Amino acid sequence: MVEAGIPRTPAVTVTDDQDAVVTRGLTKRFGKVVAVDHLDLHVRRGELYGFLGPNGAGKSTTLRMLCGILEPTDGQGRVLDIDLRRDPERVKSVIGYMSQRFSLYDDLTVEENLTFYARVYMVPRAERAPRIQRMLRLGDLGGRERQLAGQLSGGYRQRLALTCALVHGPRLLFLDEPTAGVDPVSRRTFWALVRHLADEGTTIVVTTHYMDEAELCDTLGFIYQGKLIAHGSPARIKAETFARPVIELAAEDPRAASAALADWDAVEEVVRAGARVRLILAPGGPDVAAVREFLAARGVALDWVGEVEPSVEDLFVSFVDRERKSRVREQLRALGAAER
Amino acid sequence: MGSRLHGIIAKEFLQLWRDRLALTLMLFVPVAMLFIFGWAINTDVKHVPTAVFEQSGSVEARTLLEALENSQYFDVRHWARSTRELTRMIDDGTAKVGVVIPPDYARQLVRGRAQVQVIVDASDPMVATSAMNAASSLAADRSLQLLAQTTEGVVLKKDAPPLDFRVRAWYNPDLVSAVFIVPGLIGALLMQTTVSVMAIAIVRERERGTLEALIVSPIRRWELLLGKIIPNLLVAYGQMTMALLVAHFVFDVPIRGSLPLLYGLSAVFMWGTLGIGIFVSAASRTVPQAMQLSFMTFLPSIYLSGLLFPIEGMPLGAQYLAHVIPLTYYLRVVRGIVLKGIGIEYLWPNLLPLVVFGAVVFTLSILRFRKQLD
Repeated sequence: MVEAGIPRTPAVTVTDDQDAVVTRGLTKRFGKVVAVDHLDLHVRRGELYGFLGPNGAGKSTTLRMLCGILEPTDGQGRVLDIDLRRDPERVKSVIGYMSQRFSLYDDLTVEENLTFYARVYMVPRAERAPRIQRMLRLGDLGGRERQLAGQLSGGYRQRLALTCALVHGPRLLFLDEPTAGVDPVSRRTFWALVRHLADEGTTIVVTTHYMDEAELCDTLGFIYQGKLIAHGSPARIKAETFARPVIELAAEDPRAASAALADWDAVEEVVRAGARVRLILAPGGPDVAAVREFLAARGVALDWVGEVEPSVEDLFVSFVDRERKSRVREQLRALGAAER
Repeated sequence: MGSRLHGIIAKEFLQLWRDRLALTLMLFVPVAMLFIFGWAINTDVKHVPTAVFEQSGSVEARTLLEALENSQYFDVRHWARSTRELTRMIDDGTAKVGVVIPPDYARQLVRGRAQVQVIVDASDPMVATSAMNAASSLAADRSLQLLAQTTEGVVLKKDAPPLDFRVRAWYNPDLVSAVFIVPGLIGALLMQTTVSVMAIAIVRERERGTLEALIVSPIRRWELLLGKIIPNLLVAYGQMTMALLVAHFVFDVPIRGSLPLLYGLSAVFMWGTLGIGIFVSAASRTVPQAMQLSFMTFLPSIYLSGLLFPIEGMPLGAQYLAHVIPLTYYLRVVRGIVLKGIGIEYLWPNLLPLVVFGAVVFTLSILRFRKQLD
């Protein structure tokens, strides 16, 4: 198996012809509901692009438009230089797609599943066998060719689904929440594989709401209410777009601490997680000493306080309206908890 | 294109092969159905317990009763001494049929106007119809014979046996239900297979999430549908062949017409039923739902198409309904080819509705299928 790589920024200049995916003003309306609202998206060739957002933010709708199966209401898009509106059928044959449901035939063997998708994607007969062999190696599925897909465990199923999506050698791969419902060890193996594919030159667009997975992407796009609200590498978003100190503290009475801090103008958000309290401060806000002082003045005893790295979840929530913050955080947690 | 269609067909066959229980069931359920319907369900009820109130004491009356016995439809077991006693026997279920022979039966016969009263317990309609048919045909037979001796067939027309009897006697002289029902079962079978197997084949893909992958793939709608229809048709034809073999060799059903014509016209019938199957798939989210819904479409067809009961005997509303059910027309086609040996020149009035139904339902179902993919 391959090792998980370190996030990197590909050294390419951003021009349209280097972009695997470009959209301008991409919009999808269902009746009065605007699912995707004038989305401008750039995914460079060979990068691992994380597409983030809570459920209902418009991730899936965007993905379906990019796959050529949903016609945009408005706007334009090019996928691997193919016009989405003019030639959606051609888009389908050059991309790979894997969904969280894995799309495997449980009553077919590993090899039969691969053969089926190879045929559906018109892999020439002569190339089929070597291609399938390569996929078996890539997915570490050797020796299981004749096992029924339904008898495989979660991690193997997931890798089989991935290799089925790759069997025709697509240069662009869409992964729609590919790790939902898979155990942590398999998730790590899977991400190492995804990272490896990206390093070999396959462009990958992946949706997830696991924030730890987002950290592994080259570029992140945050989508909320159908709009792209932030875009860039995780490091850049943290340093430039987010630019807020995050302080964590442990108090004897976390409830009193958070209640006191919630009234402070310099604090954007207070998040309680058990005995710990996490503070997102306003850009250029008070430092650790100021926080300690503020709480001491209100008689709240602290066990520990210190500045921490913002998580992707913090980034994400910071882009959301103030009144919605706690709700979105809860939603992200619930999704993580339900599927982990 | 060829590779994609080939891929789907090969996959469908592999899945059929993997699910060997279902495959076995699909091929042997027809046989089981034939045996159940051909043997167990017998719409000709024989050996009905019969009570007689015989008042004439004549030789002629005894001959009539013997004829009743010999027909095997009536078992003359009880002798009543009054109309009241006869009525009581029918009321308490001792007898299902009562026969009243008047005191002057012999004299009435000579005058050519013999009146024998037959009382039938109609609470069991199957027994009632059967007994009435048997009695009236018998009576007709007897009066013909006796009248022929006296009046040279002048009254013949008046007492002619019912048309229905003659028709059935023509193609099915022994009045064996199996001969009538078994060819019809082929129609029921084809309908059940094409509707439910087609619906399940699509719903299963959706339920397991594989349809999503197919939608994203470059496969065309018609390739996907055709890839599912072709294996389905082959299974249906397999069932039909099994059924015909059993019908012919076990139930002695004659096959008088052209088999290629039968197989060809069956495709026209299945064109429409496959459409129903696609509709069912669009309306169901899970496989059990699809099965239930297929059954719902199947039920009225069984009862209203004339498979078990003649359409002529149904209330007017049901008769109208029967004429929008494709199975009704297909049954006439099957029976026409198998039992009567007639060709397309007589079958086209029944073929036409099948073509119309197929064209309309299949087209609509494809439009619906298209929507379901978006």
